[in-house]
Amino acid sequence: MKVAIINYGMGNLNSVRRSFEEIGADVVIANHPSCLYEVDRIILPGVGAFTEGMAHLNQGGWVTALNDVVNIQKKPLLGICLGMQMLASKGYEGAATEGLDFISGEVRRIDLIGCDERIPHMGWNEVRYKSENVMFNSIPNLSDFYFVHSYAFVPTNSSNLIATVDYGCELTAIVSNNHVFGCQFHPEKSSKAGRQMLKNFMSYSVC
Amino acid sequence: MLKVRVIPTLLWKDFGLVKGAVFDSWRRVGSILPAIKVYNSRDVDELIVVDITASNERNQPDHESVADFSEECFVPLTVGGGITSLEDVLHLLHSGADKVSINTAAFADPGIIDSVASRFGAQCIVASIDVKYFDDSGYRCFSHSGSQDTGKDPVEWARELVSRGAGEILLTSINRDGTMQGYDLELTERVAKAVNVPVIASGGAGNYQHMIDVVLHAGASAVAAASIFHYTEQTPSGAKQAMKLAGIPIRQNFIGLVNK
Repeated sequence: MKVAIINYGMGNLNSVRRSFEEIGADVVIANHPSCLYEVDRIILPGVGAFTEGMAHLNQGGWVTALNDVVNIQKKPLLGICLGMQMLASKGYEGAATEGLDFISGEVRRIDLIGCDERIPHMGWNEVRYKSENVMFNSIPNLSDFYFVHSYAFVPTNSSNLIATVDYGCELTAIVSNNHVFGCQFHPEKSSKAGRQMLKNFMSYSVC
Repeated sequence: MLKVRVIPTLLWKDFGLVKGAVFDSWRRVGSILPAIKVYNSRDVDELIVVDITASNERNQPDHESVADFSEECFVPLTVGGGITSLEDVLHLLHSGADKVSINTAAFADPGIIDSVASRFGAQCIVASIDVKYFDDSGYRCFSHSGSQDTGKDPVEWARELVSRGAGEILLTSINRDGTMQGYDLELTERVAKAVNVPVIASGGAGNYQHMIDVVLHAGASAVAAASIFHYTEQTPSGAKQAMKLAGIPIRQNFIGLVNK
């Protein structure tokens, strides 16, 4: 079982790589879209703005490859932070920008969806489960994960919203659509609970 | 709701982990990397690592060591010491730091806070303020690891740093540092009331009650400590349990993960 972390030029990937190493996973950094055809699992990480992230994905040829391996070959994908947000249909950070559209929804600034707390939402916060999911195995409901973000994913279908976080309002913490998963928080910075979630992603099997 | 954090501080000098008292007489107490591993295995909330000699000796931050530290750190890592430019910050973030702590450089050029905030975001700037109390003249900020009097008032300085884009304030009492006599509650309260970003209280923690007091009575959003964890049997997770019993929202340690 091999997992690739997409290196599309947005942020440091070492913490994500190290977390997978810690759980004993066979992990590679994918520097070219062709790598995605040689692995079983894909991680889309990312720190930064939606518009810039999508531009990097498009320019690098990642979007075409992702559509192929995720939509057609059904390889499980986990988006982290900006990587999770880009799973959406559309984002509004910078200019309005088309996302990967793996999970229908939009990404909006958290104050525009009713959050009156300080921006960014940064720190340890409790993740509340909305439904059963393989990502929650061995992790109690309301465990703390580490968040750093100013924008949030608003899914079109509530069935894709599987966990939330309270920060002056309810924000999306985890989305999923079959074999596509996204978490707003950083599992690689969320200590043991974060690593357990990465383990859960690795042991998920496509039905 | 965000959790109140307990943050071990690791001071680093010439590759060694050191512990001071009143910002002086630094004692070598081990190596940094094993300490980072131990704190991670104990599931701490966050770590702060500061190179205390960098500013005084005009050294640049040591990116290679920081890359090694971040390899073993699975919680947010703040790195400080010797940062004077946007480039230093870029290198540290690329080496795996999640946030940078800036102190001395901001006195020489407060604009560095604005530029780091606009380039990388407020979330990665921890503005560090070292404060000394004088019986006759009150509180004043010191730079260069507490060796130079800047004449600045900590409340005014904290306000300015936040208005320029600092995402958090790491507030250290030089008088209390290493004494284990308790945080300076008055100083913390004054600064916490003046700014709307999290204030991390530092300097003086000797027992769990000190941590509870600075959160409940002085408005700290996080407590940083070193001596209490190096020299006593008290631990970050013990501190969190004590804080929880006092009604403070803390992050529960995660139980049950088998590492491999």
